[in-house]
Amino acid sequence: MAKKNLQRLDLIFKNEQDGEQILTKTFKRSNQDIVNDLIISGLKGRGGAGYPTGLKWKLASEAEGDFKYVICNADEGEPGTFKDREILSQVPVKVLIGMAVCAKVIGAHEGYIYLRGEYKFLVEPLTEIIDDFHVLLNKIGFDFRVKIFLGSGAYICGEESALFESMEGHRGEPRNKPPFPTQAGYRKMPTVINNVETLAHTYSIFKYGPDKFKDLGVQDSRGSKVFSVSGDTPIPGIYELEFGMSLQKFVEDFGDGDAKAVQVGGASGFCVPRKKFENTKIGYQGKLTGVSLPTGGSMMIFNSSRSMYNVLHNYLEFFVEESCGQCTPCRVGTQQLLLGIEAVKKGEKSSEYLEKLLGLAENMRVTAKCGLGQSVANSFSSIVENFKEEMIY
Amino acid sequence: MSEITNLVKSLADKHGRYQESLLPILQGVVEQHKYLSEEAMVEIARELDISAARVFGTASFYSFLNTRPMGKYIIRVCKTITCMMHGKNQIIQELEKSLKIKLGETTLDGKFTLLETNCLGQCHKGPAMLINDEPYTELNPEKVREIIQSIKLNDTSKTSNPDLN
Repeated sequence: MAKKNLQRLDLIFKNEQDGEQILTKTFKRSNQDIVNDLIISGLKGRGGAGYPTGLKWKLASEAEGDFKYVICNADEGEPGTFKDREILSQVPVKVLIGMAVCAKVIGAHEGYIYLRGEYKFLVEPLTEIIDDFHVLLNKIGFDFRVKIFLGSGAYICGEESALFESMEGHRGEPRNKPPFPTQAGYRKMPTVINNVETLAHTYSIFKYGPDKFKDLGVQDSRGSKVFSVSGDTPIPGIYELEFGMSLQKFVEDFGDGDAKAVQVGGASGFCVPRKKFENTKIGYQGKLTGVSLPTGGSMMIFNSSRSMYNVLHNYLEFFVEESCGQCTPCRVGTQQLLLGIEAVKKGEKSSEYLEKLLGLAENMRVTAKCGLGQSVANSFSSIVENFKEEMIY
Repeated sequence: MSEITNLVKSLADKHGRYQESLLPILQGVVEQHKYLSEEAMVEIARELDISAARVFGTASFYSFLNTRPMGKYIIRVCKTITCMMHGKNQIIQELEKSLKIKLGETTLDGKFTLLETNCLGQCHKGPAMLINDEPYTELNPEKVREIIQSIKLNDTSKTSNPDLN
């Protein structure tokens, strides 16, 4: 029986030499048309949260402010994610074109790439490309400058409002929302902040039109997605695939034949056990059959030799360290979850204690200030519920 | 003027004296001196006309902005899940053996500091580590020995960080 592989796409990493042409062509169009194309295409934020990109640009273009900013979020810190590094290394011009068109649409003259400190080695090659890009912008007579802002090793700064705080010289502590960045972002001015991959996709939409993009994927999840595949796989790396695939198919293609679980979306994502592979699809939360999981693209495969207790323990240590400490549910909650599973493992607490910990995680989901604290429950609950015996024995 | 005063002044000239310049200035000092001394932070506060507490508050938030003395080569080994699965512990053991220090310590000559860090975004090529800004991937104990050996061979300078002693 022939195995049907998942279709590999080559849209985002396709090396295209027509940047100048696409930029000139797109700049001749009205802002309204550009935004409409993005909305029709169905492009949603590729950082994981999935906010419609066209709508974001539209809101920022309508917002009032003395200055406006375009920020490319390259603070890719989710464990198991490395796609943005690859996009910025291979096709940075697509990202810059996305930023420039966004600047035109919303009326910005300054843009920043917030690059995580761990990727400092990219600063030199990127700076050269940005310099060349500025020459191109001068040529078409558009006043827009892009600068790199380097992070310094804080996962939370990938959260957009924490990222603004960081750029403003503060601790990376998330703000209350609303107001959202499109009203009050960097320096409290209207700001569009998009993930690296999202911006690179806008280039494809400008070039090929929204319909081609929309043809890919399913229902609420349109287009292709870059996945970072790691863990127990013979072929770790970056893969561009269509949205809507089942986890079963994914594991058949990428697993080592012994996959017992896949963590979709990194430490803040969901753990799917083998028995649920068939019914789980990859895409934004929508009306897919079975369970549909959103993801920034991190896919970590665990085979049956792995202890899921160790996996969860590693994630919780990560959250304890990366919690900004600003709100109590997250600061104390992450620590208590870690201490809690250790106590159950050692037998100091009975297995019923896990129920209490699950309750705590769910409390964090509704009471934590930002996505970090809220999403701890994703991995915690999905691992504890599906692998309870591994937590106890 | 002391060296640190000059450095902070030149960084403030370069990045501007705005609150938005704080992180780049802190990074600039760390790049030169590997860490932020109290003197440096007070000096930055003076240049930007903000409180020293504010400078320390920001500096202490970020894991790459060291507020204690570090070696010339800061080794950060990724400890997040996939690197752990692929043998991070053996890498740490090898580094501890080669450098004769424990995790978190700095060698006596002030050259190497050994740390763990969270995900470096090299999960498909784990185990991975950073030495200063340079990533090293697909490590094994032998490779680690060679990397350390070659740094030692290429850097025969005797200058150690005087703050360490």
